[in-house]
Amino acid sequence: MPPLSRWYVKTALIYLVLALLLGVLLAGGALARLPPVLALAGPAQIHLFVVGWLTQLIFGIAYWMFPKASAEHPRGNDLTAILTYVLLNAGLLARAVGEPWQAFHPGVLPGALLLASAAMQWAAGVGFAAATWPRVRGR
Amino acid sequence: MPRASVWLIRSALVCLALGFTLGALMLGGKGLGWTAELPRAIPAHVELVVTGWMIQLAMGVALWILPRFGVRGPARREAWGWLAWGLLNSGIAMVVLGQAFAGRLCELAAILAFAGGVWSRVRASGLSAM
Repeated sequence: MPPLSRWYVKTALIYLVLALLLGVLLAGGALARLPPVLALAGPAQIHLFVVGWLTQLIFGIAYWMFPKASAEHPRGNDLTAILTYVLLNAGLLARAVGEPWQAFHPGVLPGALLLASAAMQWAAGVGFAAATWPRVRGR
Repeated sequence: MPRASVWLIRSALVCLALGFTLGALMLGGKGLGWTAELPRAIPAHVELVVTGWMIQLAMGVALWILPRFGVRGPARREAWGWLAWGLLNSGIAMVVLGQAFAGRLCELAAILAFAGGVWSRVRASGLSAM
């Protein structure tokens, strides 16, 4: 398994734990009063699970297992792949912080964080699709 | 990789790009305080990411990777995969355009075609100790 796939899969596992921990805390809102900013973390929790765990795990396994792009560059452009990993995770962390913050106390700083998060996650998703496309081919 | 898998996986990549684009527009809009119109796009975003990206990718990879050795009859043919691809993407398009009932029917038919096509391939391959 290439190093980048290991990073993807291990990061995905960390997000799975974080998403489920946050899920436990949010469910605890029925039993005890949560800090207001935490109570607004529902959308971020869903994205930690769907993007941080599921999508990231798929990216890591696909990068490893899909047919080779070429003999010289079996997994395509390595720099694009690393950049995709960095952008996906930086964007997701920016969302996890910025989304509850913006909902609790709207302002320029959390708004800018969400804009940056949107741009980074978009670039990661489209970058992965573009980089993987040539590796998906018939016999 | 069989041609039907290529089309399923590439369609999944297109849905990933479209779903992330819609998600980024919604998140960016939230950052700018444009919250009134955002919830209307959520069903299309979820459809593209969950059915279009994740489920379709899983179907494409399964069609490619499940054992084929020794399989005879309908499961050997790719027609099931093509049928599943056509029905699934028609269904996704309908759901995204707001025709949820017709779209879900197409998606159900797609899953039945897919499951029928791969059913007999879910077995020991004879090559694996497990």
